[in-house]
Amino acid sequence: MITVENLVKTFPSRSGNVVALDGVSLEVPQGTVCGVVGQSGAGKSTLARCIALLEKPDSGAIRVDGTDLVRLNGAALRAARRQIGVVPQGDSLLRQRTVAGNVALPLESAGVARLQRRARVLELLDLVGLADKAGAYPDQLSGGQRQRVAIARALAATPSVLLADEPTSALDPETTASVLTVLDRARAELGVTVLIVTHDMDVVRRVCDDVAVLERGRVVEHGKVLELISGDSRTAAALLPQTDQTTGLSSVDSNVGYGRYDGIAEVVLVGFAAVGALLPEASSRFGVNLALLGGGLTRLGDTPVARFRVGLTGDRADAALDFISEHGGVVRRRTREEVAA
Amino acid sequence: MTTATSWSKISDLLLEATSDTLYMVGVSTLLAALLGIPLGVLLHLTAPGGLSPQPLLNRLLSVVVDFGRSLPFIVLLIAILPFTRTIAGTTLGPAAAVVPLTIGAIPFVGRLVDNALREVDASVVEAAVTTGASKFRIVRSVLLREAAPAVVAAIGVTAIALVGYSAMAGVVGAGGLGDVAVRFGYHRYDYRVMWVTVAVLAVLVIAIQLAFDVVARAIDRRRRVNA
Repeated sequence: MITVENLVKTFPSRSGNVVALDGVSLEVPQGTVCGVVGQSGAGKSTLARCIALLEKPDSGAIRVDGTDLVRLNGAALRAARRQIGVVPQGDSLLRQRTVAGNVALPLESAGVARLQRRARVLELLDLVGLADKAGAYPDQLSGGQRQRVAIARALAATPSVLLADEPTSALDPETTASVLTVLDRARAELGVTVLIVTHDMDVVRRVCDDVAVLERGRVVEHGKVLELISGDSRTAAALLPQTDQTTGLSSVDSNVGYGRYDGIAEVVLVGFAAVGALLPEASSRFGVNLALLGGGLTRLGDTPVARFRVGLTGDRADAALDFISEHGGVVRRRTREEVAA
Repeated sequence: MTTATSWSKISDLLLEATSDTLYMVGVSTLLAALLGIPLGVLLHLTAPGGLSPQPLLNRLLSVVVDFGRSLPFIVLLIAILPFTRTIAGTTLGPAAAVVPLTIGAIPFVGRLVDNALREVDASVVEAAVTTGASKFRIVRSVLLREAAPAVVAAIGVTAIALVGYSAMAGVVGAGGLGDVAVRFGYHRYDYRVMWVTVAVLAVLVIAIQLAFDVVARAIDRRRRVNA
């Protein structure tokens, strides 16, 4: 478990101090994957560097399992660094060392004996699916493979927290998937807490349980992804299909517009049961015709999630929407003017 | 009959001179590397943005290094004669010449090593910092190892510069190939000896360059074009 408390970091510049972090607080429970997202300039990199203990914040605390690591120095700081495995942004492997040698580096720092080192390195290479590359040099690997080696290295000294700074920014979609799979496996098999700093919402969609949205050095939203998408949140806006994109299933007649519907609503459905059955069930039970006007389906981790704009026709349209809402769907009623705008 | 030296005499002369030059260059390169590499590491570590920024110490070291490099070798050679006598007991012969050669090469190696270390990617060094590695370990396992091919090349450049310096050392009685070229080529107008000496020097320099290239390439694990 890692807790960031009220972190402040300013950098001096010619035109006065630039506040990079303006009181950032975060709490990531043990074994959770948390995405820290934000536009460039929001403070993501500074936050990552502070948590990696490369940058000392002006004030605030970073606690791993209760201990504040911010004010440490010397040997205590080096020991603390081993508690936070870091996958840095960009290429960070020693090009003159083999894959196994790179993964062994934190173990050498920790003073682990050679034999145990070798065993641990093989274990980790197995975890990231590169056991056959132990003797290869970084220049012989692809970008995605190098990133997985960096993950193995970060995990070598059994840290309780794994911090990945833009781990997929230089990768194509296919290798991105393999890197994210490895991060997810680290959480699942080692119980490590994972923090992923990224500008890519797709990373959040695929592997994150929690998300923190950073804006101008502040956390403006922080919570479970599946909870945030039900509300009127930035996370929902960024992760769910846009409802003003048409589904192609029904079209809005440009002459009549939304006028022919007795009710219009935006519905968020989470999970297989809801996505698959809730709308048809409501339709048949209340004798209403339910047209999908916009939105679509996506996945958050393994959970299918849908957001639709629906148009209802029938006397009991309201009752049908209540039914959806009572059965776990998130329903927001819209007026014709709202959706036409 | 002129004073032309016989070929057998020339070959004896050259053999001894070559071995003197190799001795001077070899020992002073080794000593300059032993002392200059730590100096280069220190320059690199204390620089702004380095692992242990020490602006004052860095300024001071830089000034000393650049002063050392700005001094023409022949001037240095003469200026430190008393020091040479203290260390070597004499100012004559190849062993004594090692002292000014080494002193002259240390700042040279220091600056070249500093430059070599700068080529190591900052993100690689930072990644090592995040593993909890000590500065000593980072210097040894990361900086010097990653820059090893460049450091070896720097020592090669130094060795070749020292071949040139050692010829100057001949002027103050150190012996070696430079001494032969001056005594026979210049003082006796025996251009045969002069040109043979030049040829030997050229072969020496090419051989040194080749040897260092081979070593630098052998320890480099970065991508090479595979045929």
